[in-house]
Amino acid sequence: MLDVVELECVRGDRRLFTGLSFTLQLGELLHLHGHNGSGKTTLMRTICGLIRPSGGEVLWNGESCRKLGEEFTAELTYIGHRNGIKEDLNGIENLRLHCRLAGAPITREHAWEVLERVGLRGHEDLPARVLSQGQKRRVTLARLLLSEAPLWILDEPFTALDMAAVEFLQSIIAQHVERGGMVILTTHQQVSLTRGQVRQLRLGWKADGNV
Amino acid sequence: MAMFDAFRAIVLRDLVLAMRRKTDVFSTLFFFVIVVSLFPLGIGPEMNTLRLIAPGVVWVAALLASMLALERLFATDHEDGTLEQMILAPQPLFVLVLGKVAAHWLATGLPLVAMAPLLGLQYDLSVPALEILLYSLLLGTPALSLIGAIGAALTIGLRGGGVLISLLVLPLCIPILIFGAGAVEANVSGLGEQGHLFMLAALLVLALLLAPLATAAALRVSAE
Repeated sequence: MLDVVELECVRGDRRLFTGLSFTLQLGELLHLHGHNGSGKTTLMRTICGLIRPSGGEVLWNGESCRKLGEEFTAELTYIGHRNGIKEDLNGIENLRLHCRLAGAPITREHAWEVLERVGLRGHEDLPARVLSQGQKRRVTLARLLLSEAPLWILDEPFTALDMAAVEFLQSIIAQHVERGGMVILTTHQQVSLTRGQVRQLRLGWKADGNV
Repeated sequence: MAMFDAFRAIVLRDLVLAMRRKTDVFSTLFFFVIVVSLFPLGIGPEMNTLRLIAPGVVWVAALLASMLALERLFATDHEDGTLEQMILAPQPLFVLVLGKVAAHWLATGLPLVAMAPLLGLQYDLSVPALEILLYSLLLGTPALSLIGAIGAALTIGLRGGGVLISLLVLPLCIPILIFGAGAVEANVSGLGEQGHLFMLAALLVLALLLAPLATAAALRVSAE
């Protein structure tokens, strides 16, 4: 269970949000809304622990995420604007490397199979440098298929993806929520779930954090 | 076990990346070779003078060459987002930092150390002095990489980071320079080099203990 308590974030001179509180239960999806610059990415990065909040805190099962440190990050899969893949490595190498760092190594065959599932058949062993934006995004998103973490934080996961990939990703997210996972995401797409609950959070210039 | 595996994974990854993009490795090495070779050409073939300046020249060149390679240490990881993923990995960040520095030293520091005795020949250094030069660089350059990593971590995302790294890190490297060059001089003058080498080893241990922690903290700040 993720608790955000009285969170405040200041970037430069501007206060993006203050007194933001919400709770996310297992099997819930939180859809962040807000216009450009309203602090969606900042909120996600703060929850991950990449940004130190200027006030308030984020709790994971009642304990402060900052104190939990690696115990919390082990429960988390974050996909940001940047893909987090190495341009000089191919898809297989990128995926296997990520899994090794996440503490769950996979075999070459398994990585091959997963990349095939995200629609990269025939491009698995090309360096990421020669792949298109959408294909790079697919390599990144392949992590979700292998992720055992209960909490997914996805910042604009649908950018650069084609229709088929968007649909595929939506189904993966829906499955994760059905299995009792938690998802926080920003997107302009609609995400429909068959089970579980979708909650909306709207950030504005004067965000008061009403869920 | 998972921690050690992550360390190995990072070392291996960075070595593979260095092999696929050889310019960084070779530019550092050739910078070192050229700077060291310029001095005998500029000063002239006066053997006594050359022998006198050799340890200092080789060490200063090694110091500058290792600064040159530092700029890219974390910058590429920051640009492509792998740094974020490293921070969010379920392993302590300093372990991953240690892996990155180890790979960086293997790719840029070790070739430089291996090349040094050959370059020392231009300065008419005796074989025992060359040997000490090799040992002092072997102990000193990893410490340079470790300390330099702190500067590299503090300057990611800044324009003109390369110059800033040098300004931040070079003053911290002075003790290593003094004891490194001093070891060879002490050997040439017959005073015995042991004290200097022990000092270098102590500095390396200190850097090994503290620098990864400082670098990890700096990375967290810079990644915001």
